[in-house]
Amino acid sequence: MKEKIISFIFTILGLIAVALVLVITLYLLVAGIPAIREIGLFEFLFGRTWKSTGQDPQFGILPFILTSIYGTCGAMVIGLPIGFFASVCLAKMVPARIKDLFEVLIGVLSGIPSVVYGLVGMLVLVPFIRKVFNLPDGASLFAAILVLSLMILPSVIKVSLTSLEAVPRDYEEASLALGATETETYFRITVPAAKSGIFTSIVLGIGRAIGEAMAVMMVAGNVANMPSLFSSVRFLTTAVAIEMSYSSGLQRDALFSIALVLFVFIMLINSVLSVIKKGKKDE
Amino acid sequence: MKKFVITLAVALLASAMIFANGAKEVGGVVSTDGSTSMEKVIGSLGEAFMSNNNGVTFTYNPTGSSSGIQAVQEGRCDIGLSSRSLKDAEKANGLKETVLALDGIAIVVNPANPINELSLEQLADVYTGAIKNWKELDGADAEIVLIGREAGSGTRDGFESITNTADKCLYRQELTSTGDVIATVAQNENAIGYASLSAVKDTIKAVKIDGVVPTEESVKDGSYKVQRPFVLVTVENKALSATAQNFFDWILSAEAAPIISKAGAIPVV
Repeated sequence: MKEKIISFIFTILGLIAVALVLVITLYLLVAGIPAIREIGLFEFLFGRTWKSTGQDPQFGILPFILTSIYGTCGAMVIGLPIGFFASVCLAKMVPARIKDLFEVLIGVLSGIPSVVYGLVGMLVLVPFIRKVFNLPDGASLFAAILVLSLMILPSVIKVSLTSLEAVPRDYEEASLALGATETETYFRITVPAAKSGIFTSIVLGIGRAIGEAMAVMMVAGNVANMPSLFSSVRFLTTAVAIEMSYSSGLQRDALFSIALVLFVFIMLINSVLSVIKKGKKDE
Repeated sequence: MKKFVITLAVALLASAMIFANGAKEVGGVVSTDGSTSMEKVIGSLGEAFMSNNNGVTFTYNPTGSSSGIQAVQEGRCDIGLSSRSLKDAEKANGLKETVLALDGIAIVVNPANPINELSLEQLADVYTGAIKNWKELDGADAEIVLIGREAGSGTRDGFESITNTADKCLYRQELTSTGDVIATVAQNENAIGYASLSAVKDTIKAVKIDGVVPTEESVKDGSYKVQRPFVLVTVENKALSATAQNFFDWILSAEAAPIISKAGAIPVV
């Protein structure tokens, strides 16, 4: 009897989780499609002008899509090498005590709320960029990329570290016994053996970067320009967040459509992730 | 299958319990419709009114000034809300305006900026990009950084309609709160922004417009130009419902004035 009650409770809780995902998906589709139909899919995805409250409103989200892609790629370019080498270093090259300390610090880094990243970015990074590059204003795609690079580090390092540590010691000992140096062993043997975990960490990092709203909203300037490194830009996430509170009518529907586009992006990233994980199991 | 039915039953029961609490005792209703800029003012007034008068329901439909005026004309709400004065044509249609409060918008720059005064025209030129450098205004030789609010913000709508720059402003940054605007202007010597008068602090400098310092008094006597009225629109010679009339009288009373100030506008009483 006890067994039955417990399994019943667990079934309900499981169903709630599944139902929530389905409801959200369904809601986004229902809420997001009308505006796309009204504006026109091509016009919506490839229009270069966003003027949602103008006399003659225009709803082109190409600037947001490109900004999100550039911003995420930029964060990858800066954040991935740092995260990758940091995890190799922590997994293999430093004494256990230092590694433990760093793991705690990385845990802290991942626990910092994104609004704090944004605040520090706004008050420290943005003026810094303005002075260093001698710009009229520092709020830019570049500032957003730097903040995102920092924010993806914990997820990249944690997952890579775990998979590097899971590589059997035998592999490395065999390599060392054949006369390879330690560094050669780590990069030629350990890293390739852990590659699926490292890929997973990359995809997680992309997911984190593309979905971040609060921190980039505070440092990117939020003007719907076509993206360039030092101009003020608006991401897909911030495009939704920034106008939602006062929006109405077609503008509001269009914001749901942006959310739908973002959702599709994240679904794509997640399916890449599950393909990688599946590949890992087959090995 | 049986499990599923049980699950469903539990879920229904749970939701029935949640929604049952939403039912209210029926009392009078006050419906308002109109300006999104007035959301904060009318919202806090409505909340206070509801907590003072048990059973009264207050509704606010944020549609925009023109839609609100139309709604009250067609009898779809008790009180229309407009953040501009009524046009003569609208008054000719039998509508009556009562000013609830005034909304003063301060133009703020960094304290290190030598500029202390702008004309309304210069302000419009700055925001539309006709003037791009502070030296054209006898300031430092530096590009002007335009800080504004997001589309849909009441302050932005107010600023752009007063300076006649709707859809023409070339912002460098669009921020989502007054606090962000002030923080950004405070740390960039070349920035200019606009913010509700009530939010002005020591970290920034509010400039004179056409020679007038923005203060509560200069907004009230009309000498400070960057301001607009928050107007209650009603139909002439048509009585409001008892509850709506109570609300109308109360929000114009001295008792409601502190609530209006707290919401960032300047009460007229």
